[in-house]
Amino acid sequence: MSAPLDRRAVAARILSARGDALVVTGLGNPTYDVAAAGDTALNFYLWAAMGGAAMTGLGLALAQPRRRVLVVTGDGEMLMGLGSLATIGVERPSNLAIVVLDNEHYGETGMQPAHTGRGVDLAGIAAATGFKLAVTVRTETELELLAAQLFTADGPLFAAVKVSTAPSPTSLPPRDGPYLRSRFREALLGADIHR
Amino acid sequence: MSPSWPADVFHELQNARVTQVAYVPDAGHGQLIGLCHADAGMRAVSLTTEEEGVAMLAGAWLGGQRGVLLLQSSGVGNCINMLALNLECRIPLLALVTMRGEWGEFNPWQVPMGRSTASALETAGVLVYRADAADDVAPTVRAATALAFHSSRAVAVLIGQRVIGTKSFEK
Repeated sequence: MSAPLDRRAVAARILSARGDALVVTGLGNPTYDVAAAGDTALNFYLWAAMGGAAMTGLGLALAQPRRRVLVVTGDGEMLMGLGSLATIGVERPSNLAIVVLDNEHYGETGMQPAHTGRGVDLAGIAAATGFKLAVTVRTETELELLAAQLFTADGPLFAAVKVSTAPSPTSLPPRDGPYLRSRFREALLGADIHR
Repeated sequence: MSPSWPADVFHELQNARVTQVAYVPDAGHGQLIGLCHADAGMRAVSLTTEEEGVAMLAGAWLGGQRGVLLLQSSGVGNCINMLALNLECRIPLLALVTMRGEWGEFNPWQVPMGRSTASALETAGVLVYRADAADDVAPTVRAATALAFHSSRAVAVLIGQRVIGTKSFEK
């Protein structure tokens, strides 16, 4: 068994192929991981609204059917919004992908164990709701396979990427809400959107 | 005879270029939900819980589309934490809430959330308007829609149980 994947390396690998994809992050470490891979106006970081990352991604994917939308979140955040997997499974947006960086713990609150380390299979749940692809990724080889599909394959796509609990260096993106939403919309829709 | 306010509200939503409709199935909104599903220019999405819609419509607006959340007063409590998206980022929210737990309510379990619906929303920071007559619903929705999308605010319209009619438990 190889060493568990490093969350920052996984985020960097996945995002290196993003092109013009729109990225929504779930609060806590996934927000920091995506920021560490490169802050851009087309990242929308959630700093709260726990359980809402996947659905924010759905609304965005329906509004922008020609753009790939990637949600990067954590296992605790995804568990809080499990019903949203059912909603997305029913709506079947072909341009939406969800990656859960799954360290099987609540990293932001003191590393309490999460259900994903105690037998709950998020990819299994996503598959059961109708996602086109739903995988659990544990190795570099599987990560490469995922990276090749994430921005091109027909969605909705779901991947739980198992990562280690090793701490990462601090990487805090902007957290001012109006700034984050306005820069995102301007980059996506043009400056006239503010009129 | 079915009431005319749902069709009037539907036209207000069309006029306001609302294209994403997020809802939890609800008898009071039944007619409006049906109209939205039947409209090729709207995407109506059934949710498992109301806060999904708050997040979905924030994503819609980030992507350049307007949305509406249709829910019953019992679902308002589910939304409160998710409203951080709207209230911190100043992202519009238009929520149309059919009331339970008030006018002639049969089910006592509906009363607690019905009684705290308006105050819970206001305490959270949502602007709350209310219509208690059928003729008032569409104009109130029109004003709320303008406020939400022109002024980037979270706005809820409460549609009184007197307008909808008391739920009958006779099958």
